[in-house]
Amino acid sequence: MAIERSEVEKIAHLARLGLAEGDLPRTTETLNNILGLIDRMQAVDTTGIEPLAHPLETTQRLRADEVTEANQRDAYQAIAPAVENGLYLVPRVIE
Amino acid sequence: MHQLTLAQIARGLSDRQFSAEELAGSLLARIASLDPQLNSFITVTEELALAQARAADARRAAGESGALLGAPIGHKDLFCTQGIRTSCGSKMLDNFAAPYDATVVEKLAAAGTVTLGKLNMDEFAMGSANESSHYGAVKNPWDLTRVPGGSSGGSAAAIAARLLPAATGTDTGGSIRQPAALTNLTGLKPTYGRVSRWGMVAYASSLDQGGPMARTAEDCALLLGAMAGFDPKDSTSVDQPLDDYLAALSQPLAGLRIGLPKEYFGEGLDPKIASAVLAVVEELKKLGATVKDISLPNMQHAIPSYYVIAPAEASSNLSRFDGVRFGYRCENPADLTDLYKRSRAEGFGDEVKRRIMVGTYALSAGYYDAYYIKAQQIRRLVKNDFVAAFAEVDLILGPTTPNLAWKLGEKNADPVSAYLEDIYTITANLAGIPGLSMPAGFIDGLPVGVQLLAPYFQEARLLNVAHQYQQVSDWHLRAPAGF
Amino acid sequence: MQWETVIGLEIHAQLSTRSKIFSGSATTFGAEPNTQASLVDLGMPGTLPVLNENAVRMACMFGLAIDAEIGEKNVFARKNYFYPDLPKGYQTSQMDHPIVGKGFLDITLEDGTVKRIGITRAHLEEDAGKSLHEDFHGMTGIDLNRAGTPLLEIVSEPDIRSAKEAVAYVKAIHALVRYLGICDGNMAEGSLRCDCNVSVRPKGQEAFGTRAEIKNVNSFRFIEKAINHEIQRQIELIEDGGKVIQETRLYDPNKDETRSMRGKEEANDYRYFPCPDLLPVVIEQSFLEQLRGELPELPTQKRERFEREFGLSTYDASVLSASRELADYFEQVNATCGDAKLAANWVMGELSSLLNKEGLDIEQSPVSAEQLGGMILRIKDDTISGKIAKMVFEAMAAGEGSADAIIEQKGLKQVTDAGAIEAMLDEVLAANAEQVEQYRASDEAKRGKMFGFFVGQAMKASKGKANPGQVNQLLKKKLEG
Repeated sequence: MAIERSEVEKIAHLARLGLAEGDLPRTTETLNNILGLIDRMQAVDTTGIEPLAHPLETTQRLRADEVTEANQRDAYQAIAPAVENGLYLVPRVIE
Repeated sequence: MHQLTLAQIARGLSDRQFSAEELAGSLLARIASLDPQLNSFITVTEELALAQARAADARRAAGESGALLGAPIGHKDLFCTQGIRTSCGSKMLDNFAAPYDATVVEKLAAAGTVTLGKLNMDEFAMGSANESSHYGAVKNPWDLTRVPGGSSGGSAAAIAARLLPAATGTDTGGSIRQPAALTNLTGLKPTYGRVSRWGMVAYASSLDQGGPMARTAEDCALLLGAMAGFDPKDSTSVDQPLDDYLAALSQPLAGLRIGLPKEYFGEGLDPKIASAVLAVVEELKKLGATVKDISLPNMQHAIPSYYVIAPAEASSNLSRFDGVRFGYRCENPADLTDLYKRSRAEGFGDEVKRRIMVGTYALSAGYYDAYYIKAQQIRRLVKNDFVAAFAEVDLILGPTTPNLAWKLGEKNADPVSAYLEDIYTITANLAGIPGLSMPAGFIDGLPVGVQLLAPYFQEARLLNVAHQYQQVSDWHLRAPAGF
Repeated sequence: MQWETVIGLEIHAQLSTRSKIFSGSATTFGAEPNTQASLVDLGMPGTLPVLNENAVRMACMFGLAIDAEIGEKNVFARKNYFYPDLPKGYQTSQMDHPIVGKGFLDITLEDGTVKRIGITRAHLEEDAGKSLHEDFHGMTGIDLNRAGTPLLEIVSEPDIRSAKEAVAYVKAIHALVRYLGICDGNMAEGSLRCDCNVSVRPKGQEAFGTRAEIKNVNSFRFIEKAINHEIQRQIELIEDGGKVIQETRLYDPNKDETRSMRGKEEANDYRYFPCPDLLPVVIEQSFLEQLRGELPELPTQKRERFEREFGLSTYDASVLSASRELADYFEQVNATCGDAKLAANWVMGELSSLLNKEGLDIEQSPVSAEQLGGMILRIKDDTISGKIAKMVFEAMAAGEGSADAIIEQKGLKQVTDAGAIEAMLDEVLAANAEQVEQYRASDEAKRGKMFGFFVGQAMKASKGKANPGQVNQLLKKKLEG
């Protein structure tokens, strides 16, 4: 499955990765090389094979419903790019 | 002092031949003078190291013992260290002083280890040459014009150059074993779930596993004993008691059944590496092992499967780097989309962006079944191969890498050629089984690694076999010239 | 053309766990911004989720209550999209294997008929944070306290046919989650939120029309208004030759209209895949059996019991069982007075209008169930008449004490002494001798009308305290005499 430039742009947008117009041909080519490698999978017959999501196939452990976390806002926000009045700031979101 | 292994250091400290502070001071001086050639450290934590060393000395003076009390180590820079930059080799996290310690960091600190610094790595652990780091490539101490392997390339180079006796690494597709092989070290990727992932910045969550890197199997056993164990903070951590890794080292190998998969010795393998590996097999036979030819028929499909699963998980794991709560944020974003797109385009390097793109594509509508589900099905076939093989043999042995350390920059133009270097290592990650690489000799002055694979939770067996081999060989003792 | 409306609802209920679904942060509403946002909630690098057992338990309770299949294995998946209130860039939710499968809920319509609404599924997921759009120099502020609060998303089948039915369904879900104690149901605080999928089709047509989704409608009243507005919009659009497009719309209560959120939304591709940080959740059959034993009586069961045990109408029984508190109140009144019908009438009549007028919840009622039951006892033993009872009720509401105390203090006790009533009637008849003459001269039909006049005079003379039955009986005898 070869990927087109327009698809590369769509994927870059979904992933919120800025992509300069000039990089598009090179990126498309590299992705197509990688997809060429990946497409070798299609030769494998996997009919009836259950997909494996976790190597150990164990089950989820549950946590007791207890509050264990104290307020550490100051420490956590000390490494934030922009905060005010305890809020993280981002460019205005239009509803 | 820099030639000492962790085990020797333990004895030296216990016998009061030197203090932890003296040892740390001496290694810090060595790092300052030699690391500029290698670029293996991202951050040297001198103050922390000296404080921890003094604390270890005080604990010892107060009567405490413990094999790692005062032992100097380094952490791959994706283990979160509270108040200390945890960069993941990325510009994205260059300003990220983690607000907490990873479980591995916490456990090793509790055992009394002394953290000399944070080690260089491929950006977000994506790479097998340590050339994708924002902080520059790491050089292989065996040949400064060559790569040390990756992604734990900083850990490998620093240990091989005797800047440190041991370090933590992580292995998602071979990132402990492959650099260990290319720098003449012993490195262990434990069973998935054996070492906590809490605080270990995720690349591909279902494949990532932290583990020890050192010069000897004995040191890996020491370190693993302190790193591993159940962690309630990690849902994928396994609640199962640890084996006594040190005690298992001395077990004789008589009756050990070793499987040699024909796929590991086929096309693409440097024939000189093949001979080195088979020479190791001969030594193990002398120690009582028997050998059997086996087959892992789906090995060749593991690479495409891995290069769907790992990027898919990564594309999602790395979405949190959005310039809002931590990490890099672009200057003067025009709007929200611009904030996201530029922060991520400027903060991530090429290889990371490539894998995010591949993963996003593989998960997107219309491709999910053909890529992601297909890859997960192949993942099961790969696992089934191992399950079948381990019904017949105790251990699987083969080369760790198809090639020796390559020249810096050699594989940069073509990412696919670098991906193919993972052929022998990624199957263990897909299946979740433990794997170990150990020194197996030299070709033209460059180290060769041999890989041992074992059934789930049989880390002790891997360390045992490697240790027994290291009792009758001396490859692992050889140091690169100039270090 | 005749149109038929098809509605399906997605209700998000915040589960009332103490801590979040994947972290140990508190879930208290209204805390200072970001003071309940832990490392996990902030999506800090290296952090991992661990599932809250109580969230699983609550979801299972809901599943049992709607007779749903509860999957032995359910799986968390990541829904990937970028938004500032979504710290990890994905929402941990469930896709292919939800915890609760197909079930149903019976709702009572206004005419007393019961309708069964299918529930497609209910799944666990984490809530997002909040964006605050007040002016921070043209920036938006992000508060992540809510991020990670457990949500149960309850998806109905497209079985609902009108805005009124939709409201009845949401009320029934509201009642159910409150009965189960798994959600406080506070819609103003966003504990229960509703997305409405609305479409119209020509009556008789099998295929569904194209639907529009109205997001986040947060009160019963707005649900009705938003849906009705949307139905109207779609019908007008189609009748004008237009086409409904599948899109997300926002209800604006100020303008009473829905408007498109297009442009903002763009083509989303959520790239769901199983969350690799979480393992499949296994629900043991024995756990479900134990849980089933612990379930409280549910609204439908209660309604049926009220009908069966107390002979109440379906409508009355469903009103009284709509909330656990109201039902408990009613049952306490009944236990005190032993007359379910009178108890029902008073609770649904005087008491409800009092609470409505004062804007109070049943828990805040100024008249306790014991007081109301005590008063009804006095009606039953003829101490007071129904009319006097209203006075007593008002006095109780004003905090003047129990019915007995008020009756005593105000001298409201009914006169039942036949001698005293006769004496009083004699006085009334003597004072109205002319009318008595007229009465006696009249035919049967006219007498009937005039009789009421004498009753009125008699009750007035007794200040309402004479037993009305006795007054009737004795008066008749005297006038005939």
